[in-house]
Amino acid sequence: MSTPATPIAATPAVVPAAIKVPSGAQTMRRTELWLLLLAMSMVAAYLAAVEANLLGRITSDFWTPVWILTMVFVALHVVIRLRAPFADPVLLPAVALLNGLGVAFLRRLDLGRAKAADREELTAFTGDGGRQLIWTLIAVTLAAVFLWFIRDHREISKYAWTLGLAGIVLVLLPAMLPGSISEVNGAKLWIKFGDLLAIQPGEFAKLALLVFFAYYLVRKREVLALASRRFLGIDLPRGRDLGPVLVVWVMSLLVLVFEKDLGTSLLYFGMFVVTLYVATERVSWLIIGLLLFFGGASLAYLLAETAGGPFASFGARVDVWLDPFADPLKGGYQLSQSLMGLGTGGLFGTGPGAGNPLLVPEVRNDFIFAGMGEEIGLFGLAALLVLYLLVVERGIRAGLTVRDSFGKLLAGGLAFTLGLQVFVIIGGVSKLIPLTGQTTPFLSAGGSSLVANWLLVAVLLRISDAARTPASMGGARR
Amino acid sequence: MNAPLRRVGVVVMVLFGLLFANLNWVQAYKADEYRTSPYNRRVILDEYKRERGIIMLAGGQKLGASTATPDELKYLRTYPLKEKYAHLIGYKPVNIGATGIEQSENEFLAGTSDKLFGDRFRDLFTGEQTAGGNVLLTISPTAQDVAFKELAENRRGVKKGAVVALDPETGAVKALVSMPSFDPNPITSHDTGAAQKAYQALLDNPDKPLNNRATSEINLPGSVMKVVVSAAALENGATLDTQLVGGSGYQAPGTTHVIHNAPGVNCPDSITLFQALTVSCNTAFARLGVELGSKKLTDTATRFGFYQSQLTVGRLDGKGIAAGPPVAEGVLGKLTTSSGGDDKPTIAQSSIGQQNVKITPMQGAMMAAAVANGGKQMRPYVVQQLLGADTTSFYVADPKPLQQSCDPRIASQLQQMMISVVQNGTGKQARISDIAGVQVGGKTGTAETGESDDSHGWFVGFALKDGRPVAAVAVFLENAGKGGSAEAARIAGQVMRGVIADKGGK
Repeated sequence: MSTPATPIAATPAVVPAAIKVPSGAQTMRRTELWLLLLAMSMVAAYLAAVEANLLGRITSDFWTPVWILTMVFVALHVVIRLRAPFADPVLLPAVALLNGLGVAFLRRLDLGRAKAADREELTAFTGDGGRQLIWTLIAVTLAAVFLWFIRDHREISKYAWTLGLAGIVLVLLPAMLPGSISEVNGAKLWIKFGDLLAIQPGEFAKLALLVFFAYYLVRKREVLALASRRFLGIDLPRGRDLGPVLVVWVMSLLVLVFEKDLGTSLLYFGMFVVTLYVATERVSWLIIGLLLFFGGASLAYLLAETAGGPFASFGARVDVWLDPFADPLKGGYQLSQSLMGLGTGGLFGTGPGAGNPLLVPEVRNDFIFAGMGEEIGLFGLAALLVLYLLVVERGIRAGLTVRDSFGKLLAGGLAFTLGLQVFVIIGGVSKLIPLTGQTTPFLSAGGSSLVANWLLVAVLLRISDAARTPASMGGARR
Repeated sequence: MNAPLRRVGVVVMVLFGLLFANLNWVQAYKADEYRTSPYNRRVILDEYKRERGIIMLAGGQKLGASTATPDELKYLRTYPLKEKYAHLIGYKPVNIGATGIEQSENEFLAGTSDKLFGDRFRDLFTGEQTAGGNVLLTISPTAQDVAFKELAENRRGVKKGAVVALDPETGAVKALVSMPSFDPNPITSHDTGAAQKAYQALLDNPDKPLNNRATSEINLPGSVMKVVVSAAALENGATLDTQLVGGSGYQAPGTTHVIHNAPGVNCPDSITLFQALTVSCNTAFARLGVELGSKKLTDTATRFGFYQSQLTVGRLDGKGIAAGPPVAEGVLGKLTTSSGGDDKPTIAQSSIGQQNVKITPMQGAMMAAAVANGGKQMRPYVVQQLLGADTTSFYVADPKPLQQSCDPRIASQLQQMMISVVQNGTGKQARISDIAGVQVGGKTGTAETGESDDSHGWFVGFALKDGRPVAAVAVFLENAGKGGSAEAARIAGQVMRGVIADKGGK
């Protein structure tokens, strides 16, 4: 996004003397480092298991990706030490573990795709695994740059209107572009630059729009909280205040119809409604939002069944969701394969490298959770869910502790959005809700998702630092 | 703003709780259903991870084997002898249902049988994939070679037919060929599209090469049926010298249709039972059948192997394991009228193997085997032994009688009659005069199939060596026309030589 172009090397001179931490205050940085190393050792164990199963032996350089990842994450840890010493110590290790397991699993897919004889030749820098490694490097660097230069999260609000506009453009751009540039697997969410690079602008739009929402809602919260009348015990907002809500609602429905993607639509709308609710403390907004969304989605389904046209794809997805095995070789193929992969994994999984995740289509992107589920089982997936939950709840905790409203809304909104995205994609691949094309944060192959989500984590780290800085040091209200 | 934010935290927890609950549903409750779903390719991949056992003969010939491939499916099923054993071995394709021994012994070959639990348990700890078990068949390779070659190169130019050879003393199948045959190798290709195409081509072939004519197709047996009628007569007081009424024509009561003898058959008005079988006199046997009546005929026929609808040829395990290709039920047809009395015109026709009497070549061989083995009909089987990958034996066939077809005295009389058929009568082509101590007996059959089609040629017979039964053979040539039964007799003689050659000095 709005990445400063200034080279990092030029900055140390202007860095003020490292923040002096009072003797009584706990920065928890050491905890973070130990947790980080623990996480990396788990990734190393995963990679070793993968090689044992796919190569028949553990090669001497199985830990190359782990070594690189550890270097990258420790570098970020150092930046946090210098620039956000009070940041939440759990966020980095949890996200690093998810990211590391994602790299390991993508490498496992690379090995699985290759013929048995050629597998020894595959270095850690080839294929999806190698690309993901490089993207991790880029994403973490950008997160570090953000933490280094943005010393106070309130600075972000200066760019709120710019980011808001950019967000809308990013959301709508793929819908405007011809399908040949923007469509992948039936969802128009991409901008393709040739064959090499494809970005999902929606991943960044999410962040940009959230900054704008937080800024806008902090300004307007009093107005929006005004109740005009009570209905069924609920305080309803004034009619004229409904404007912006309806704008976002219409926008998300447009996304639904023209980008053929329920997940993204749900994500934007959920994000907006929740920040609105947090800002105004009015349950009525939540109820209105839910009614609008489900009303819109039902209407779209109804139209899909009757009129077809642009709604048809959405209707087909709902039908597949209701019974993926009704047409398991065509429409229901992805979901039924995903379910069979998960089912084969069972409670404990086949072990890393011992399953057949490549039978699941799009296993490197949307279905990575199902692919991993075959090999790490219900127990492994539950652990991954706990990791996500930790990140989300820690983000919300930062929002609860930080003093300023913008920070609260931003942290809460970002954390919730992350949680909602995890819910939408994992619920989709496990047939809890209709399947929609979302990336699985930190796991899926793809640079856009990784960069955007690491920026999200950087913002959460920044806000948590502000929240946890002792008042004696001017914390929170620096 | 903290209160709603906390509630958002709770909402996220609820959402994740739903995810977790749903994963439990998918990965625990529904796991087995998904794991074993027919759409789950992992089922096939797992099956092909382990080397499938070998189907082989005692001499070491491999009939069905697995070769390692670099493919995703690790082993390719191959049949080195191609067409020769196709109907017996069957095939085990990737996406098409298995047949033959490949199907009936699938669990043992695949290594999933309970018998091989030890191997699987050991694999758990060693991490190896011990190959599946091997199946040893009873087939005599020489007899099978001869049967396949002679059938394919028969001198009548017949396209369809079958040969079955049994060891009368044990019931072991010594040869089993159905013609036309097919090469099972293309069907087991890992390129499932090509496999399906090859399979479809075989299905569409009007000659139906996939059909196993030896065990699963029933046809009119013609004069072969006279062996059963003879047995019924002997059981009901007749002797070899009993005088029957023959002549050139017989008109059964209640019909205007007259049964004649085949051209060239010399059947005087009065003829002994012995001579009537030797020359294959239709009029004498039709009349004899009517005199015996439907009940006696049905009794005897049942004891010789008719109405065996549950019979399978495979393993002899008494545990009721489905044991191989089904042997079609031979039937006599309805021999009574609607009021319950004998339908004499039908009995007359049935007694010479026409009307609704139908048998499989396997049943013909079983009939001859019963006569050769002193009336004791052995249960046919083709699996001699089941061997683990480490050559541990898990099963050895222990021959079992199926039923007592007739008492030994009558069997001996039938033997004499059938030997006379080969010595002096219609089955001369089956004679084996150059091997000391061998006597061949049998019965030819020519079944009229209607106006347009040529008649079927049959020969059902046995060979005795020094008085002990060594082989029972049935040869069937579909729509062979004139001379078909003589050609069938010739092929039968050759197959018996094959069986005797492999038996060595026994």
